Amino acid sequence: MTQLTIPVNSNDNSYGNAESNIVLVEYGDYECPYCGKAYPQVKQIKEQLGKYIRIVFRNFPLTKIHPNAFAAAVATEAAAIQGKFWDMHNIIFENQKTLSDDFLVELAGRIDLDVKRFKEDIKKVALIDKVEKDFESGLRSGVNRTPSFFINGEKFEGEWKDDQLIQYLKRILAENMVQG
Amino acid sequence: MLPKGTIAPEFELYSTPDQQLKLSELKNRKVILAFYPADWSPVCDDQMNLYNEMGKYFARHNAQIIGISVDSKWSHLAFTDANKFHFPLLSDFEPKGEVARLYGVYNDKTGECQRALYVIDEEGIIQWSYLSPVGMNPGADGILNALEELDNVKAINQ
Repeated sequence: MTQLTIPVNSNDNSYGNAESNIVLVEYGDYECPYCGKAYPQVKQIKEQLGKYIRIVFRNFPLTKIHPNAFAAAVATEAAAIQGKFWDMHNIIFENQKTLSDDFLVELAGRIDLDVKRFKEDIKKVALIDKVEKDFESGLRSGVNRTPSFFINGEKFEGEWKDDQLIQYLKRILAENMVQG
Repeated sequence: MLPKGTIAPEFELYSTPDQQLKLSELKNRKVILAFYPADWSPVCDDQMNLYNEMGKYFARHNAQIIGISVDSKWSHLAFTDANKFHFPLLSDFEPKGEVARLYGVYNDKTGECQRALYVIDEEGIIQWSYLSPVGMNPGADGILNALEELDNVKAINQ
Protein backbone atom coordinates (compact mmCIF):
# COMPACT_ATOMS: atom_id res chain seq x y z
CA MET A 1 0.00 0.00 0.00
CA THR A 2 1.45 3.34 -1.03
CA GLN A 3 1.63 5.86 1.75
CA LEU A 4 1.85 9.62 1.88
CA THR A 5 5.47 10.27 2.89
CA ILE A 6 4.92 13.82 4.13
CA PRO A 7 1.87 14.05 6.38
CA VAL A 8 -0.55 16.90 5.95
CA ASN A 9 0.86 19.94 7.74
CA SER A 10 0.46 23.67 8.14
CA ASN A 11 2.24 24.41 4.85
CA ASP A 12 -0.53 22.68 2.96
CA ASN A 13 -3.41 24.47 1.33
CA SER A 14 -6.31 23.03 3.17
CA TYR A 15 -10.11 23.34 3.17
CA GLY A 16 -12.83 22.15 5.48
CA ASN A 17 -12.67 20.72 8.95
CA ALA A 18 -9.06 21.01 10.11
CA GLU A 19 -9.84 18.86 13.18
CA SER A 20 -11.27 15.99 11.18
CA ASN A 21 -9.67 12.56 11.30
CA ILE A 22 -10.64 12.09 7.66
CA VAL A 23 -8.22 13.83 5.33
CA LEU A 24 -8.35 13.78 1.54
CA VAL A 25 -5.20 14.84 -0.31
CA GLU A 26 -5.22 15.45 -4.05
CA TYR A 27 -2.03 15.66 -6.11
CA GLY A 28 -2.97 17.57 -9.22
CA ASP A 29 -1.78 19.47 -12.27
CA TYR A 30 -3.70 22.57 -13.35
CA GLU A 31 -3.27 21.83 -17.04
CA CYS A 32 -4.10 18.14 -16.84
CA PRO A 33 -7.45 17.36 -18.48
CA TYR A 34 -8.19 14.55 -16.00
CA CYS A 35 -7.68 16.96 -13.10
CA GLY A 36 -10.03 19.30 -14.93
CA LYS A 37 -12.62 16.52 -14.99
CA ALA A 38 -12.02 15.72 -11.33
CA TYR A 39 -12.34 19.39 -10.36
CA PRO A 40 -16.18 19.48 -10.15
CA GLN A 41 -16.08 16.20 -8.23
CA VAL A 42 -13.67 17.58 -5.64
CA LYS A 43 -15.61 20.84 -5.50
CA GLN A 44 -18.72 18.86 -4.68
CA ILE A 45 -16.80 17.03 -1.95
CA LYS A 46 -15.72 20.38 -0.49
CA GLU A 47 -19.26 21.71 -0.57
CA GLN A 48 -21.00 18.62 0.76
CA LEU A 49 -18.40 17.21 3.14
CA GLY A 50 -16.20 20.19 4.02
CA LYS A 51 -17.94 20.46 7.38
CA TYR A 52 -16.77 16.97 8.30
CA ILE A 53 -13.51 16.29 6.47
CA ARG A 54 -10.32 18.08 5.56
CA ILE A 55 -9.35 18.52 1.90
CA VAL A 56 -5.78 19.31 0.81
CA PHE A 57 -4.44 20.08 -2.65
CA ARG A 58 -0.76 19.49 -3.51
CA ASN A 59 0.92 20.39 -6.77
CA PHE A 60 2.13 17.78 -9.20
CA PRO A 61 2.78 19.68 -12.44
CA LEU A 62 4.03 17.64 -15.40
CA THR A 63 5.86 20.51 -17.02
CA LYS A 64 7.08 18.78 -20.17
CA ILE A 65 3.59 18.03 -21.41
CA HIS A 66 1.85 20.91 -19.63
CA PRO A 67 3.98 24.02 -20.12
CA ASN A 68 1.74 26.33 -18.06
CA ALA A 69 1.12 23.96 -15.17
CA PHE A 70 4.06 25.07 -13.04
CA ALA A 71 3.28 28.79 -13.40
CA ALA A 72 -0.35 28.07 -12.56
CA ALA A 73 0.72 26.22 -9.41
CA VAL A 74 2.94 29.13 -8.35
CA ALA A 75 0.04 31.51 -9.05
CA THR A 76 -2.17 29.62 -6.58
CA GLU A 77 0.58 29.80 -3.96
CA ALA A 78 0.84 33.55 -4.55
CA ALA A 79 -2.92 33.81 -4.11
CA ALA A 80 -2.56 31.81 -0.89
CA ILE A 81 -0.38 34.60 0.52
CA GLN A 82 -3.39 36.87 0.08
CA GLY A 83 -5.72 34.27 1.59
CA LYS A 84 -7.30 33.31 -1.73
CA PHE A 85 -5.74 29.97 -2.61
CA TRP A 86 -9.02 28.22 -3.35
CA ASP A 87 -10.44 31.12 -5.37
CA MET A 88 -7.38 31.01 -7.60
CA HIS A 89 -7.42 27.21 -7.68
CA ASN A 90 -11.05 27.26 -8.84
CA ILE A 91 -10.74 29.94 -11.47
CA ILE A 92 -7.63 28.31 -12.94
CA PHE A 93 -9.35 24.95 -13.28
CA GLU A 94 -12.36 26.67 -14.80
CA ASN A 95 -10.05 28.17 -17.45
CA GLN A 96 -7.44 25.42 -17.70
CA LYS A 97 -7.43 25.24 -21.49
CA THR A 98 -6.32 28.83 -22.05
CA LEU A 99 -3.61 29.31 -19.43
CA SER A 100 -0.66 31.64 -20.05
CA ASP A 101 1.45 33.92 -17.86
CA ASP A 102 -0.57 37.00 -18.84
CA PHE A 103 -3.86 35.22 -18.39
CA LEU A 104 -2.86 34.12 -14.86
CA VAL A 105 -2.37 37.78 -13.98
CA GLU A 106 -5.76 38.57 -15.47
CA LEU A 107 -7.32 35.80 -13.38
CA ALA A 108 -5.63 37.23 -10.28
CA GLY A 109 -7.41 40.52 -11.06
CA ARG A 110 -10.75 38.79 -11.51
CA ILE A 111 -10.63 37.32 -8.02
CA ASP A 112 -9.66 40.73 -6.62
CA LEU A 113 -6.11 39.97 -5.63
CA ASP A 114 -3.71 42.85 -5.16
CA VAL A 115 -2.26 42.33 -8.63
CA LYS A 116 0.90 44.33 -8.04
CA ARG A 117 1.75 42.18 -5.06
CA PHE A 118 0.74 39.02 -6.92
CA LYS A 119 3.16 39.84 -9.73
CA GLU A 120 5.98 40.25 -7.22
CA ASP A 121 5.10 37.13 -5.26
CA ILE A 122 5.05 34.78 -8.26
CA LYS A 123 8.77 35.48 -8.72
CA LYS A 124 9.62 34.39 -5.19
CA VAL A 125 11.95 31.45 -4.85
CA ALA A 126 10.06 30.28 -1.77
CA LEU A 127 6.92 29.70 -3.82
CA ILE A 128 8.80 27.90 -6.57
CA ASP A 129 10.39 25.73 -3.88
CA LYS A 130 7.01 24.98 -2.38
CA VAL A 131 5.69 23.68 -5.71
CA GLU A 132 8.82 21.60 -6.26
CA LYS A 133 8.60 20.16 -2.75
CA ASP A 134 4.99 19.20 -3.38
CA PHE A 135 6.07 17.45 -6.56
CA GLU A 136 8.88 15.60 -4.83
CA SER A 137 6.65 14.51 -1.96
CA GLY A 138 4.28 13.13 -4.60
CA LEU A 139 7.06 11.19 -6.31
CA ARG A 140 8.10 9.69 -3.00
CA SER A 141 4.53 8.81 -2.14
CA GLY A 142 3.94 6.86 -5.34
CA VAL A 143 1.93 9.42 -7.28
CA ASN A 144 1.87 7.84 -10.75
CA ARG A 145 -0.71 9.97 -12.54
CA THR A 146 -2.82 13.01 -11.93
CA PRO A 147 -5.07 13.33 -10.18
CA SER A 148 -3.89 10.97 -7.44
CA PHE A 149 -5.79 10.91 -4.18
CA PHE A 150 -4.77 9.85 -0.68
CA ILE A 151 -7.26 9.25 2.09
CA ASN A 152 -5.83 9.33 5.60
CA GLY A 153 -2.36 8.88 4.16
CA GLU A 154 -3.12 5.86 2.00
CA LYS A 155 -3.27 6.00 -1.76
CA PHE A 156 -6.82 5.70 -3.06
CA GLU A 157 -6.64 3.18 -5.90
CA GLY A 158 -10.35 3.33 -6.71
CA GLU A 159 -12.07 5.47 -9.31
CA TRP A 160 -12.97 9.10 -8.69
CA LYS A 161 -15.28 9.42 -11.68
CA ASP A 162 -19.09 9.55 -11.50
CA ASP A 163 -19.24 10.47 -7.83
CA GLN A 164 -17.35 7.33 -6.82
CA LEU A 165 -14.89 9.24 -4.64
CA ILE A 166 -17.55 11.21 -2.80
CA GLN A 167 -19.58 8.03 -2.26
CA TYR A 168 -16.48 6.33 -0.86
CA LEU A 169 -15.82 9.25 1.49
CA LYS A 170 -19.44 9.26 2.61
CA ARG A 171 -19.17 5.58 3.50
CA ILE A 172 -16.01 6.20 5.55
CA LEU A 173 -17.70 9.12 7.24
CA ALA A 174 -20.76 7.04 8.09
CA GLU A 175 -18.61 4.25 9.55
CA ASN A 176 -16.65 6.82 11.47
CA MET A 177 -19.79 8.33 12.95
CA VAL A 178 -21.12 4.94 14.01
CA GLN A 179 -17.84 4.16 15.76
CA GLY A 180 -17.36 7.65 17.09
CA MET B 1 13.22 -11.68 -13.34
CA LEU B 2 16.96 -11.64 -12.73
CA PRO B 3 17.87 -11.58 -9.05
CA LYS B 4 19.80 -8.88 -7.24
CA GLY B 5 23.55 -9.30 -7.59
CA THR B 6 23.37 -10.60 -11.18
CA ILE B 7 25.56 -8.95 -13.77
CA ALA B 8 23.15 -7.06 -16.01
CA PRO B 9 23.23 -8.78 -19.44
CA GLU B 10 24.84 -6.66 -22.12
CA PHE B 11 22.71 -5.49 -25.07
CA GLU B 12 22.84 -3.09 -27.95
CA LEU B 13 19.61 -1.64 -29.29
CA TYR B 14 18.50 1.25 -31.47
CA SER B 15 17.83 4.43 -29.50
CA THR B 16 17.16 6.55 -32.61
CA PRO B 17 16.74 5.54 -36.27
CA ASP B 18 20.50 5.71 -36.83
CA GLN B 19 22.08 5.26 -33.38
CA GLN B 20 22.51 2.26 -31.16
CA LEU B 21 23.09 2.26 -27.45
CA LYS B 22 25.09 -0.35 -25.56
CA LEU B 23 24.42 -0.90 -21.89
CA SER B 24 28.19 -0.98 -21.23
CA GLU B 25 28.46 2.60 -22.57
CA LEU B 26 26.67 3.65 -19.40
CA LYS B 27 29.17 2.12 -16.97
CA ASN B 28 30.08 4.45 -14.11
CA ARG B 29 26.47 5.57 -14.02
CA LYS B 30 23.47 3.92 -12.51
CA VAL B 31 20.94 2.77 -15.06
CA ILE B 32 17.20 2.40 -14.65
CA LEU B 33 15.73 0.02 -17.21
CA ALA B 34 12.00 0.53 -17.63
CA PHE B 35 10.51 -2.26 -19.75
CA TYR B 36 7.00 -1.37 -20.86
CA PRO B 37 4.39 -3.01 -23.11
CA ALA B 38 3.81 -0.51 -25.89
CA ASP B 39 4.21 3.04 -27.14
CA TRP B 40 0.88 4.95 -27.19
CA SER B 41 -0.88 2.60 -24.79
CA PRO B 42 -2.78 4.26 -21.94
CA VAL B 43 -0.66 3.48 -18.89
CA CYS B 44 2.70 3.65 -20.68
CA ASP B 45 2.45 7.30 -21.61
CA ASP B 46 1.58 8.23 -17.99
CA GLN B 47 4.58 6.25 -16.81
CA MET B 48 7.02 7.69 -19.34
CA ASN B 49 5.70 11.23 -18.85
CA LEU B 50 6.38 10.87 -15.15
CA TYR B 51 9.96 9.72 -15.74
CA ASN B 52 10.39 12.56 -18.21
CA GLU B 53 9.82 15.03 -15.36
CA MET B 54 12.43 13.39 -13.21
CA GLY B 55 15.67 14.23 -14.98
CA LYS B 56 17.05 16.21 -12.09
CA TYR B 57 16.07 13.62 -9.49
CA PHE B 58 17.84 10.87 -11.45
CA ALA B 59 20.84 13.15 -12.06
CA ARG B 60 21.19 13.64 -8.30
CA HIS B 61 21.89 9.93 -8.06
CA ASN B 62 24.08 9.78 -11.18
CA ALA B 63 21.41 7.68 -12.86
CA GLN B 64 20.13 7.42 -16.41
CA ILE B 65 16.64 6.18 -17.21
CA ILE B 66 16.01 4.12 -20.34
CA GLY B 67 12.68 2.87 -21.66
CA ILE B 68 12.54 -0.42 -23.59
CA SER B 69 9.69 -1.91 -25.60
CA VAL B 70 9.31 -4.07 -28.69
CA ASP B 71 8.11 -1.12 -30.76
CA SER B 72 10.12 -0.11 -33.82
CA LYS B 73 12.56 2.78 -33.73
CA TRP B 74 10.13 4.77 -35.90
CA SER B 75 7.33 4.32 -33.42
CA HIS B 76 9.70 5.38 -30.63
CA LEU B 77 10.67 8.46 -32.63
CA ALA B 78 7.04 9.53 -33.04
CA PHE B 79 6.20 8.69 -29.40
CA THR B 80 9.24 10.68 -28.22
CA ASP B 81 8.37 13.69 -30.39
CA ALA B 82 4.72 13.68 -29.32
CA ASN B 83 5.62 13.67 -25.61
CA LYS B 84 8.92 15.57 -25.76
CA PHE B 85 10.78 12.80 -23.97
CA HIS B 86 14.29 13.68 -22.82
CA PHE B 87 15.55 10.15 -22.31
CA PRO B 88 16.13 7.26 -24.74
CA LEU B 89 13.55 4.66 -25.71
CA LEU B 90 15.20 1.50 -26.99
CA SER B 91 13.71 -0.70 -29.63
CA ASP B 92 13.78 -4.41 -28.73
CA PHE B 93 12.47 -5.13 -32.19
CA GLU B 94 14.70 -7.62 -34.02
CA PRO B 95 14.93 -10.34 -32.93
CA LYS B 96 11.74 -9.30 -31.24
CA GLY B 97 11.91 -9.12 -27.47
CA GLU B 98 15.38 -10.65 -27.28
CA VAL B 99 16.57 -8.29 -24.54
CA ALA B 100 13.31 -8.58 -22.63
CA ARG B 101 13.79 -12.37 -22.66
CA LEU B 102 17.35 -11.98 -21.37
CA TYR B 103 15.96 -10.01 -18.47
CA GLY B 104 13.05 -12.41 -17.95
CA VAL B 105 10.34 -9.89 -18.70
CA TYR B 106 8.96 -10.96 -22.08
CA ASN B 107 5.29 -11.87 -22.23
CA ASP B 108 4.88 -14.65 -24.81
CA LYS B 109 1.11 -14.39 -24.84
CA THR B 110 0.92 -10.71 -25.77
CA GLY B 111 4.25 -10.48 -27.60
CA GLU B 112 5.15 -7.45 -25.52
CA CYS B 113 7.46 -6.64 -22.65
CA GLN B 114 6.04 -6.84 -19.18
CA ARG B 115 5.96 -3.66 -17.13
CA ALA B 116 9.17 -4.13 -15.20
CA LEU B 117 11.90 -2.03 -13.65
CA TYR B 118 15.56 -2.74 -12.99
CA VAL B 119 18.08 -0.54 -11.21
CA ILE B 120 21.68 -1.32 -12.19
CA ASP B 121 24.63 0.11 -10.28
CA GLU B 122 27.78 1.80 -11.63
CA GLU B 123 29.54 -1.55 -11.94
CA GLY B 124 26.77 -3.05 -14.04
CA ILE B 125 25.25 -5.18 -11.28
CA ILE B 126 21.49 -5.48 -10.85
CA GLN B 127 20.58 -4.02 -7.47
CA TRP B 128 16.81 -3.74 -7.54
CA SER B 129 13.91 -4.90 -9.64
CA TYR B 130 10.16 -4.65 -9.70
CA LEU B 131 7.48 -6.32 -11.77
CA SER B 132 4.33 -4.24 -11.95
CA PRO B 133 0.85 -5.51 -12.82
CA VAL B 134 0.57 -4.66 -16.50
CA GLY B 135 -2.26 -2.15 -16.07
CA MET B 136 -0.59 -0.38 -13.16
CA ASN B 137 1.90 2.44 -13.48
CA PRO B 138 4.57 1.65 -10.89
CA GLY B 139 5.34 5.33 -10.29
CA ALA B 140 8.78 6.40 -9.16
CA ASP B 141 8.91 5.87 -5.40
CA GLY B 142 10.47 2.40 -5.68
CA ILE B 143 13.16 3.62 -8.06
CA LEU B 144 13.99 6.64 -5.89
CA ASN B 145 14.20 4.52 -2.75
CA ALA B 146 16.51 2.05 -4.51
CA LEU B 147 18.80 4.82 -5.84
CA GLU B 148 18.92 6.48 -2.45
CA GLU B 149 19.79 3.23 -0.72
CA LEU B 150 22.65 2.57 -3.15
CA ASP B 151 24.07 6.03 -2.47
CA ASN B 152 23.67 5.56 1.29
CA VAL B 153 25.48 2.24 1.20
CA LYS B 154 28.25 3.82 -0.83
CA ALA B 155 28.56 6.71 1.63
CA ILE B 156 28.90 4.26 4.54
CA ASN B 157 31.55 2.18 2.75
CA GLN B 158 33.68 5.17 1.88
